Formats: sequence, structure tokens, C-alpha cells
Amino acid sequence: MNTRHLNTVWVVLLLATLATFAIGEAGDTLGITGPVAMLLLLAISIVKGRLVVLDFMGLRGVKFFWRSLLVGWLLLVSALIAVAYWIALK
Amino acid sequence: MPRNLGQIKAGRPHPGDTPDMDLAPPSPPPHGPASAPPGDLAIWFFILAELLAFGVFFAAYAFARARNVELFDTMQQTLDRQAGALNTVLLISGSACVARAVEAVGRARSATGARWLLAGIACGGGFLVVKGIEYADKFGAGINLSTNTFYMFYLSLTFFHFMHVILGMVILVALWFKTRQGAYGPADMNGIESGAAYWHMVDLVWIVLFPLVYVMR
Repeated sequence: MNTRHLNTVWVVLLLATLATFAIGEAGDTLGITGPVAMLLLLAISIVKGRLVVLDFMGLRGVKFFWRSLLVGWLLLVSALIAVAYWIALK
Repeated sequence: MPRNLGQIKAGRPHPGDTPDMDLAPPSPPPHGPASAPPGDLAIWFFILAELLAFGVFFAAYAFARARNVELFDTMQQTLDRQAGALNTVLLISGSACVARAVEAVGRARSATGARWLLAGIACGGGFLVVKGIEYADKFGAGINLSTNTFYMFYLSLTFFHFMHVILGMVILVALWFKTRQGAYGPADMNGIESGAAYWHMVDLVWIVLFPLVYVMR
């Protein structure tokens, strides 16, 4: 993994964090609330988590089995959070 | 073994060959997917066990919120979201520093690697300070585990993570000492890659925790 790629990943992660924070601070003003905000927040954390797994942990060049365990964890946890959120809406 | 070495030299190399560690270039370009992740296999089983525990905790939080939506959404407003965001920045930056350290050691630049590790330790220290201030603020306001269901989850979940940051920092300090001594290099990445993987796991967990506990409502 070259340094330029690692720096790019770092900047993307910072921008994604800013997006998460913005949804929290100004979600009402921006019209990003409720289920839309929830799905957006989960999508952002999946993108961030995937970058950490692939580029920081260095699993990008590793067999699918290992990547699927870590990224699968991220997807499963996100799905459970979404289901719980959906139940709360009812 | 001289006989094995002779076989390696005599044998015609082809893409499927596993390179001998001593003969391998500093960072060999992978021809196909590696069969095992970087670092020791044992650390990955440990990481998976940790992720499982955090995953159960996150699901428990989410389903507890489903039964107490009003309480959770009201109590979430009492959290310091700026501190949470700052801590996300610190953990992400700490993770980036450690990734740079591993990259530097992979190019036989131990001194550079040690400096990046030190930067990672500083980020981790920053996280502990910010979280400590948050805890002091909450405890000062008389909040504890039995205040309500939200705070029971908030305190136990974040403290469970807090302990992992401390363990991660202990690992980083050990890696820093050894890297300064030149204990790791392109041919011996196992230790630093294992420790780094654990630190990235601590970051990965917070990436889910921050939006879930501080933002989502």
C-alpha cells in the first residue's frame, strides 16, 4: 500500500466523518431526518468501515473469505440496526 | 537446507510459487489474493471474537432503543456530539498513522515507522483525554449506570470500547519500542502487522458506535 493511497483514504474518512457530524448537527435544516438519515448514516459507516478493513487492515489483496468476514460483520451489524430502527417506527 | 535452496534456484519460477521469505523483495507485488491476512492468524481470531462481542452490544443497544425510542432520542441530545466527532477524527487519524508506520517498516524505514507509531499513540492519548472529559462531565452531573436504560448502554458500551483503546495503546507503545530498536523489517512484519490490525479494529468499532449512539435518532 503506497503512502499516497493511504493519505487519500485518510482524507475520505475525515470527509465522511464530517458528513456524519453534519447530519447530526443540521439534519433538520437539511431535511435529512428519520429513516433517510438512518440509512445515510449506515451507508457512510459501511463505506468508512470498508476502507479501514481493506486499506488500513490491508485485506484488499487477501482472499475473499477474510474480507467477507470483516465486511460481513459491518453489513450484518448495520442490517440489525436498520431492523431495530424500523421496528421503532411502528 | 542446502538441498531445498538448490531446488529453489534450479526450479523455474512461475506465478503460483510462494516466494521464500529470505529471497523476497521488500514488498512483493501480489500476483493473486493472499491466502492469509497480514500479521499473525491468531490476532485475526481474536479480532473476530471482539467484533462479535461489539456486534451483540450494538444490536442490544438498537433493540433497546426500539422499546424506548422517546427516552433514547431525548437522552441522546444530552451527549456531546462534538466530542464524539473529534474522537472519530482522532481514531481515524491514529489508524492512518499506524498504517503509515507499517508501510514505512515494510520499506525498511524503521525510524520513520517509529515516528508514525508515536503519532498514532498521540491520537489514542487524545481520544482518552476527550472521552475522559466527557465522562467527568456526565459523572459530575450525577449520571451513572442506573440513571436510565440509555445511560446504562452509553456508559457500558463506550467504556467497553475505552478499555480496548487502552489495550490498543499498550500494544502501540510495545510496537514503538521494538520498531525503534529495528526489530521489524520487510522480512519480519508479523508483529507490527498483528498489533496494527488490533488498533484498526478499535477504529472500526468506533466508526459504527459514533453514528449509532451520538447521531441516529
